[in-house]
Amino acid sequence: MTRSSSETGKKVNRRTLLKGAAAGSAVVATQGIAGFPTVWAQNTKDVTLVHAGGSYAAIKEIGEQASKDLGFKIVMQAITDDVQLNRSLTQPQTIDINNIDSTKLPYLLGKGAIAPIPVAKYKLWGETVPLFTKGSYPNGKMASTQGLAPIEAMFYTDKDAKKLADKPTEFLTMIPTIYNADTLGIRPDLVGGRDKVTSWKDLLDPKYKGKTALVDYAPVGVMDVAMALEARGDFKYADKGNMTKDEIDKTIKIMIDLKKGGHFRSFWSTFDQSVNLMASGEVVIQSMWSPAVTAVRSRSIDCYYVPLKEGYRGWFVGLAPMAHLSGLKLDCAYEYMNWFNSGWQGGFIAKQGYYSAVPSTAKKFLTPEEWDYWYDGKPAAVDIKDPYGTLVEKKGSTRDGGGIWDRMGNIACWNTVMDEDRYLTRRWNEFVSS
Amino acid sequence: MAPPPAQAVVEDNSGERASWFQVAPLVVVLLLFFGLPMLVVLAVSFFDFSRTEIIPAFIFDNYIDLFRSEVTFRLYASSLKFALIVWLVTLVLGFNIAYFLVFHVRGLLFQIGLFLLCTVPFLTSNIIRMISWIPFLGRNGIFNQALQGAGITSQPLEFLLFSDFAVIVAYVHLFTLFMVVPIFNSMARIDKSLLEAARDAGAGRFRVVAEVVLPLSRTGIALGSIFVVTLVMGDSFVVRTMSGGQSASVVSALQNEVAALQYPPAAASAVIMVIIVTLMVAAILRVVDVRKELAG
Repeated sequence: MTRSSSETGKKVNRRTLLKGAAAGSAVVATQGIAGFPTVWAQNTKDVTLVHAGGSYAAIKEIGEQASKDLGFKIVMQAITDDVQLNRSLTQPQTIDINNIDSTKLPYLLGKGAIAPIPVAKYKLWGETVPLFTKGSYPNGKMASTQGLAPIEAMFYTDKDAKKLADKPTEFLTMIPTIYNADTLGIRPDLVGGRDKVTSWKDLLDPKYKGKTALVDYAPVGVMDVAMALEARGDFKYADKGNMTKDEIDKTIKIMIDLKKGGHFRSFWSTFDQSVNLMASGEVVIQSMWSPAVTAVRSRSIDCYYVPLKEGYRGWFVGLAPMAHLSGLKLDCAYEYMNWFNSGWQGGFIAKQGYYSAVPSTAKKFLTPEEWDYWYDGKPAAVDIKDPYGTLVEKKGSTRDGGGIWDRMGNIACWNTVMDEDRYLTRRWNEFVSS
Repeated sequence: MAPPPAQAVVEDNSGERASWFQVAPLVVVLLLFFGLPMLVVLAVSFFDFSRTEIIPAFIFDNYIDLFRSEVTFRLYASSLKFALIVWLVTLVLGFNIAYFLVFHVRGLLFQIGLFLLCTVPFLTSNIIRMISWIPFLGRNGIFNQALQGAGITSQPLEFLLFSDFAVIVAYVHLFTLFMVVPIFNSMARIDKSLLEAARDAGAGRFRVVAEVVLPLSRTGIALGSIFVVTLVMGDSFVVRTMSGGQSASVVSALQNEVAALQYPPAAASAVIMVIIVTLMVAAILRVVDVRKELAG
């Protein structure tokens, strides 16, 4: 994953220059002039904004490109979720732009740490996918609201930013940036073929005993098992994303029995661990992230991100300015957040397998072949490379699960924090120690 | 944890005052950077909390929850089990390695050379040394392949990795040196003529070790034991990685609480942990009076 930044910069720049330079720079330039007449380059050049977020989102190359395009400095800080939440609440001054995982929003709500964003300040709201603006898919169908759905996390009731609204208002909690659909990854060569796993219930199938893994993180780990239990027909949850104590108890009890019976080989807590478990064959079916599947394949080991019939587990993140920003710095923060979804970033993370909240801008920074592969689910017309220029898929391969709305259009449940999270943590500790 | 300087035992009164003066900087540092934070943790352990706030209060709920939970006892049982096994293994290894270096290797230069060789693995990071066990012990790892290749086993041994066994292997690998160094140090101070005298008096090799070397190395053994026991009790990373998250330690459970922003119960757990580890260290020091031995 580590590569010299100069090499990266060069490659990306060349591609940008060839394919989308005219369109791309035009977007940025127009915004600079038409959108923010008060922010002039000579005032802003001394401004520095600290952007803090998870390593999958707060990517150094994106910060460097933003600094170049905008004329002020963006410092990217990749930190873990709990550190980020801690700093947001106890040392808010150390962050300017908060890259928020939707599941952390309930912790920040009403604490005065992050500032609401008036819709008018965000130029690309009209072009944002309806999942965030209306809670529906492009075909008009409403998305699942199990867990914390985008529509439930996007809006404050008013400018005081104390409460979340369940329908669109003029005040955004954050500017949505990237999202994806998570599912199980398998080793087709070790389970007997791609068609052998079709449902979440396969995660609990006794024939994979000692060869399965879960994320070592209570809210997600328990939800994945809940998906499997529901698929197996054990019981039905009212909302897998917000279980009652009773539902947590029932789920954990089954998990403890499975663990004692040796069903799980391991629990992973980092991206690399999940890749190594799969690549080494310790595990043949497990909960995974999309880029981890790609990473296993890049070692010439087949790995399949299975589209399961019950649907995916969805997640999304966004950006919010910290409440301590004002004046010029706040103007720069808005300009940066507008830049963020204006295409360059969307093109970059598309090649990691994530979707942009404004696909139309990301498209300008992808070749037509890349767009077809990553977004449309068509067979790759050329070799597909990641943002750093490494080959990830050979010509002719197709993205697992298909196009964006085949995947994002089939979310069963969203990542969340449950009302009973305190109880869940306690029971999870019990599970791990059993 | 550092033993006070040897002068502390000197009888003369002015010397005593001077020694107090000498320990003053350490006392100040400890009070400021250990005592004070510990007091804060103690205070927070009585606080109430909600999802994102800790609410100043004086309640015993965090402790009551802790002692009522079966998990607490299971976690301590598991951590103590690891501490005991690792202590025994590192003690046997550490004593033998130190004995070999001090009494079998001739020439100071050679001795120091071999001693440094023991420390070579420590030039790489802790994490790398531990993680390299994973491909070695894995289902399709080198060790299993070798066993199968040699016809010793027909199936890969699954218990080698992501198990208590793997955790103990990594602990022993990581912590044996902490046992070797202090024991080597005390053995090196043993007057060789004592061993000769014992042998002249008719003691066999085993008796010399048991009745001369062992008692005279007890300071080193005590110090090494303190290092190993506290390191194992305070660990969460090794246990999490090597057990593949299948085992927990007191500290890894505490970390889960911190990650969920549940500080007061985490603080209560930390307070109990400090008390228990302090008692363990006190017990070791009661068996061996390190101060007296070092002064003598």
